[in-house]
Amino acid sequence: MSHYGQLVVELTILALAIFLGVEVIAKVPTLLHTPLMSGTNAIHGIVIVGAMIVAGFSDPDLLTGWVGFVAMILAAANVVGGFVVTDRMLEMFKKREPPKRDGEGKA
Amino acid sequence: MSTDTSNLLYLVTIICFVLALRFLSSPTTARRGNWIGAAGMAVAIVVTLLQHGVHLGWRIPVGAAIGSAFGAVGARRVKMTAMPQMVALFNGVGGGAAALVSLAEFHKLAPIAGRLHTDVSLSIALSALIGSVSFAGSMIAFAKLQELIGGRPITYPGQQVGNMLLISAIAASGVAIVAGAERQWLIIALILGSLVFGVLFVLPIGGADMPVVISLLNAFTGLAASATGFELGSNVLIVSGALVGASGTLLTMMMGRAMNRSIGNVLFGAFGKVQAGAGSAALLEGTVRSVTAEDVAIMLSYSRKVVIVPGYGMAVAQAQHAVRELADELEKKNVEVDYAIHPVAGRMPGHMNVLLAEANVPYPALKEMDEINPEFPQTDVVLVIGANDVVNPAARSDPGSPIYGMPILNVDQAHQVIVMKRSMATGFAGIDNPLFLDPKTAMLFGDAKDSVLKLVAAVKTL
Repeated sequence: MSHYGQLVVELTILALAIFLGVEVIAKVPTLLHTPLMSGTNAIHGIVIVGAMIVAGFSDPDLLTGWVGFVAMILAAANVVGGFVVTDRMLEMFKKREPPKRDGEGKA
Repeated sequence: MSTDTSNLLYLVTIICFVLALRFLSSPTTARRGNWIGAAGMAVAIVVTLLQHGVHLGWRIPVGAAIGSAFGAVGARRVKMTAMPQMVALFNGVGGGAAALVSLAEFHKLAPIAGRLHTDVSLSIALSALIGSVSFAGSMIAFAKLQELIGGRPITYPGQQVGNMLLISAIAASGVAIVAGAERQWLIIALILGSLVFGVLFVLPIGGADMPVVISLLNAFTGLAASATGFELGSNVLIVSGALVGASGTLLTMMMGRAMNRSIGNVLFGAFGKVQAGAGSAALLEGTVRSVTAEDVAIMLSYSRKVVIVPGYGMAVAQAQHAVRELADELEKKNVEVDYAIHPVAGRMPGHMNVLLAEANVPYPALKEMDEINPEFPQTDVVLVIGANDVVNPAARSDPGSPIYGMPILNVDQAHQVIVMKRSMATGFAGIDNPLFLDPKTAMLFGDAKDSVLKLVAAVKTL
C-alpha cells in the first residue's frame, strides 16, 4: 500500500476507535471510575511495543541505546503496575454479605 | 514474523482491550476484564519480540525486569488513599516512554534527509510533545498529592507572558521538525520545552482540582500513545491510545460538571486569579447545636433509614473501617444504611468507592448522587463524615457563593442531619455552610475515627 493509503487507513481506524471508546466507557458506572482510570493506565502501557522496537534496534548509537533502555523500563513499570493495581482494587468490590446479618438480631 | 502477520495478531490485543473496558461496566465482571486486558498485553509483547528487526539483546530483558519490579512493588504497596498519586505516576511513566520512543525514532531516522514523511515527523513531534507534558505534569501532580510540595496554587509574576513565550518556542521547534529541518537538537529542545511546560501547567492548579488534572493527563498519555502508533505505523497503539484518550476526556468532562466549573477555569483559573472572592457569600450568623455520641447513637438506632455521606476527611482520619462497623451494628437493628457518594468525593474520579470497598462495604450500598438525592426526604438521619462543600445548600440557593450551581447532595431534605467535624473550621473552599446552622442539624465535634468508634460502642449498648 502507498504511504498515503496507509495513512488514510490509520486515520479511519483512529476515528472509529475514538467513537468506540466513548461508547464503551460511557457504560462504566461511577462506582468503577478509579479502576477504569488505572485500567486505561495499564492499557496505554501498550507503548511498550514502541519501547521494545527502539530498545531492540540492532546496533544503536549511545543515545538511542540508552533512550531505548529507559523507555523500556518506564513502559514495563506502566504495564505491570497498571494491571496489578487495577486487579488489587477490583478484588475489593464485593457484593456482600456480612455473614452475621440476621442471626443475632437485637443485642 | 511479517508485518502483516504481527498486525493480525495485534488485532487480538485490540479485541482484548475493548473487552476489558466492556467488562468494566459491572463490578461482577470487571476483574475478569482486567485479566483479559493483561492477556492482550502479553500477546502484544510476544508478537513484538518475534517481529523482524527487534533484537532481544540485553536492553529489552533488563529494562523489562527493572520496570516490572518497580511497577509490581509500587502497585502492591500503595495505600488506597494514595491511589491518585499512583495513577498519576503510571500516567507519567507511560507518557515519558512515548516521548522517549519518539526521540529514539527521530534520532535513528532523521539523519538521512528526505526520509521522513510529513505525517511521520508530525506524529513524532506530537508524541514527544504530549508525552513530555504528560510526564512532567504527572510528576508535579504526584508531588502535590503526595504533599511533597504544597497543594496551594503556585503563581509568579509574568506567568502568562512566560507561558506564551514557552508555547511559542515549543510550537516553533515542532513546526521546524514537521517542515523537514531534521536536526537532532530540535527534538531535544521540543522535549525539554514540553517538560518545562508540563511543570508550569500543573503547578498553578490547586489540590482540590487534582481529579480534573489527573483525568486530563490520563487523556494526554492516551493521545501520546496514539501519536506513537502513527509514527510506527502500528494499529494497536493507535486504537489503544484512542480508547485511553476517550476515557480520560470523558472523565475530565464529568469531573468538571460535578464541580460546576469549565475545564478552562480549572486549568487556567490560577493564572488570572479567578477564584479570589468570586462573590459575597451571605455572612452566616446563628447558633450551632452540638450533640454527644450517645444522643446520636440513640437517634441512629431508632431510625428506619440512615444515609452516610463520606468525604475525604473520613479517609484522612482512616475512619472507613469504623464507619463500616457502625453500619453493620445498625443493620443488625434492622436500620437500612446507604452511602451517598458525590462524584468529587476523594481525590480522583470514583476514589471514595474504592476506599469504602477496601473497608468491605458492599458496593450495592454505595449510591451515586442522582440515585440517592430523591431518597433524602424519606431518610431519618444523615451522617456527614468529613464532607463539607458537597453538602452545602448554598450551592443551590446563594448566587453569591463561589460554589453556586455545583450539584450537591441534598442532605438538608432529610429529617435529621448529623455533621461530624473536627471543629468549626470551614471546608476546602473556605466558605460558610448554612447546613451547619439548620435547625435540623446537630454537630458532633471531634476526630472522625474517635467519634465513629464512640458511636459504635454506644449503639452496641442499646
